[in-house]
Amino acid sequence: MRKKCVAAIAAALLIAGFLIPAALAETVNWTAIRDARIVPVNGPVIEKGTVLIRNGVIAAVGAQVDVPASAWIIDGNGLTVYPGLIDGLSSWGLPQAAQTQAPAAAARAAQPQQAQQQQAQQQTRSWGPRDRPGTFSWVRAADQVQLSDARLGQARNAGFTTAVTFPRQGIVAGHGSVINLGGRTAGDMVVAPDAGLFLALRPSGYTGFPSTPMGIMAYFRQLWLDAAHYREALALYAADPVNIARPAYDRALEGVLGAKRVLLPAPDPVQMERMLQLAADLKTPAVLYGVVRGYEMAARLKQAGTPVILNVRWPVRDRDADPEEEESFRELKIRDLAPTSPKVLSEAGVKWTVSSDGMDTPRAVLRALKQSIDRGLKREDALRALTLTAAEIYGVADRLGSIERGKIANLVLADGDLFNDSTRVRMVFIDGVRYLPEPEAPQAPGAAGRAPSLSEEEEQ
Amino acid sequence: MRHAILTAMLLAAPLVSAEVTVIQNGTIYTVTKGTFRGSIVIRDGKIADVGEKVMTPGGARVIDATGKHVIPGIIDAHTHIALDSINESSVSVSSMVSVAEMLNPESISIYQALAGGVTACNSMHGSANSIGGQNVVFKMRWGADARGLIFDKAKPSLKMALGENPKRQGSPQGLQIPGLSSPQNLRYPGTRLGVEDVIRDAFTRARAYQREWKDYEARRARGEKLLPPKRDLELEPLVEVLEGRRLVHAHCYRADEILMLIRVFDDFNIRGVTFQHVLEGYKVAKEIAERGHYASTFSDWWSYKVEAYDAIPYNAAIMHRKGVLVSLNSDDAGGAELMRRLNTEAAKVVKYGGLSENEALAMITINPAKQLAIDQWVGSIETGKDADLVIYDKHPLSSYARVEKVFIDGRQYFDRDEDLSRRPKFEAEKEGLRKKMLDQQKQAAPQNRRPS
Repeated sequence: MRKKCVAAIAAALLIAGFLIPAALAETVNWTAIRDARIVPVNGPVIEKGTVLIRNGVIAAVGAQVDVPASAWIIDGNGLTVYPGLIDGLSSWGLPQAAQTQAPAAAARAAQPQQAQQQQAQQQTRSWGPRDRPGTFSWVRAADQVQLSDARLGQARNAGFTTAVTFPRQGIVAGHGSVINLGGRTAGDMVVAPDAGLFLALRPSGYTGFPSTPMGIMAYFRQLWLDAAHYREALALYAADPVNIARPAYDRALEGVLGAKRVLLPAPDPVQMERMLQLAADLKTPAVLYGVVRGYEMAARLKQAGTPVILNVRWPVRDRDADPEEEESFRELKIRDLAPTSPKVLSEAGVKWTVSSDGMDTPRAVLRALKQSIDRGLKREDALRALTLTAAEIYGVADRLGSIERGKIANLVLADGDLFNDSTRVRMVFIDGVRYLPEPEAPQAPGAAGRAPSLSEEEEQ
Repeated sequence: MRHAILTAMLLAAPLVSAEVTVIQNGTIYTVTKGTFRGSIVIRDGKIADVGEKVMTPGGARVIDATGKHVIPGIIDAHTHIALDSINESSVSVSSMVSVAEMLNPESISIYQALAGGVTACNSMHGSANSIGGQNVVFKMRWGADARGLIFDKAKPSLKMALGENPKRQGSPQGLQIPGLSSPQNLRYPGTRLGVEDVIRDAFTRARAYQREWKDYEARRARGEKLLPPKRDLELEPLVEVLEGRRLVHAHCYRADEILMLIRVFDDFNIRGVTFQHVLEGYKVAKEIAERGHYASTFSDWWSYKVEAYDAIPYNAAIMHRKGVLVSLNSDDAGGAELMRRLNTEAAKVVKYGGLSENEALAMITINPAKQLAIDQWVGSIETGKDADLVIYDKHPLSSYARVEKVFIDGRQYFDRDEDLSRRPKFEAEKEGLRKKMLDQQKQAAPQNRRPS
């Protein structure tokens, strides 16, 4: 009897579960965050106001907002509401990408000989551009994201609601996607599937050609020429299928032609000039990533109109460095000035954002920016970089990045200024759904977090 | 910061100096027009006048060179300095790559070379494969970005290599990964015969590619609507070589392989090739000279590998006497070690072979300029040429001589006294930074105490 009862309840829950999406389509769900300090980013701070959410979208924001009687009321007293933070270059949501990022660690774990053999078996020998070495231009992060990535909860805890997440295999790694860090299904997460094509200058996923950054750049040029030829062939065939041979479908070239922008590595001014030239030759807009010496690059970046993603793992002396070893003047200067890049770029009007790439924890991103604030960066500029600017760089500012009517209700509620160490994130909203902080077990940097628990996600 | 300072300097001062400078009353080694006591007038980055007596324009900056020696800026026809990638060794034909893309203007080698009186060099792809990559000729305009360094009037060129390096078959990464040394992963060729085959095959493919495009252009001109051939970045530079629009610099040692390559070039009608290293050039100097090919060698450096054993210090002099245009180079890669004393390398051909001082100086100035096809603008002190000049305190072929000032395009890029006087300030600034970092480290220490 008791068993039957449990089964019946389970069945009822199951049916209810299936019915929820249908119900959502018809009924209107209102949520109101009241009496909170609101930092909309696109406009002045509202010291005491209301954010009204309608079916996951921001319906109204202001000091005086009419709240429907049916609305779920969140008391925002003592809390500050920010737009959800965006990780400008991420692997969150792609658990496999996180693993492929650390092949060295994986190799160390196994027997060295064995690991090398495995690696050798996986890698194919490329003899030239025709072998499409390390090319995965048909891969899209949106097709691979998983809600089960343990890092999503950790990211939400730090105030991140969105990430632009990229596959990282090979040298033409595939297309990144703008994803929300929560949802019922993986499909729910995706805001924009085509954020840009990720290019790397380190050989990986193959051996042979190209073995140097120089060779990789030549390969990129050949690949783009091949893509242009492919496009021309397709157009000619479409116009005259009788006389023009049908071009063979080529997924690598399809992927290149679909690139809205390319992400190129540029830590320093020298590499920046190379990458700006490469992007111009490829006739594709670029976003520069891994930027360390941004403070030296402001004028040129402004002139080129190219946005950058800063590497906020500020350079420090290697922990294991020989204490006797003298560092170069240049090295010392870079270490001193790297954290001033955000300030210098903001003042020059260069679009910049930051990323979790290479950081131990999501919260470390905020701590790194606090260092820049201590070196003169305005707090509002730091916040803008993490929200609206990131959305602008990837062409999703119509839906993300600020608290205004019509945008996706991705919000952070914190008990103080986001960049203060003592501040805690009390809750985040993603697509209007509230997520409470997940307890974080103390863990070694780089270790995987615990599995997420759906019980902490509250349905409206 | 230094970058910032230099950038600021560059913004303030254009790449070509606008002021008029006169180098007065020095011993002037024009290389092409004799040596005499006289003066040089520099205007708009060019040599406006040179002679025993020149008109000194009013308001000109006058540099008293009494007791000093002025030579044209030294040109190094073979280096690998300031490059972030040198060898794309994964394939035997890597003509699609260009070291110009990897030119690093922050490399200290540029300043070291400058301080040694070198004003221009040919920085090349390495010798790991039969047909290497595209090279870059640049001037030592220290402080400029990569584009600002490049001597854009220089004719483009391609690296080739013979012998031991290109016939190495092993893993291109230099690693012995099991499974990758399997026969299908080894690089062809494994012998000197194979090197010739690779080169002939590449130029044969380039000819076919050239024909394909010509056919396409002809058919399109007739009004046919058709798909153009695919562009091939590997073959395009080879077509340029075939059409005489790109020079070749060929790394070689042994006489037999030099003769082999001469025959290959004969078959493909390729002229004006510079044989690099060419340590056995003295054995085949006549053959090199007959075809109008060039040689760029070392003065007295050999025996660092088997193919480099049968060398003699008279090589440069013998080739020169047989009518070969000869230059002396450094082949520097990591730093500008030999490059910064090419003047003494030149002096050695006076000792070995008894060439004249002027012939010796020509081997590091006008001769390399001709080999790089930049002699129209640099390589000698002549009216109308770029004001690339070096002032020494003693005879430039003396091992006691020091470079005092270096001009490129009329702008002073190096001054020994200025360099020395700047050092204490830099040292103080560096010490300040080091202290600041240490203090920060100490502050952060309690949180960061973690074994690594």
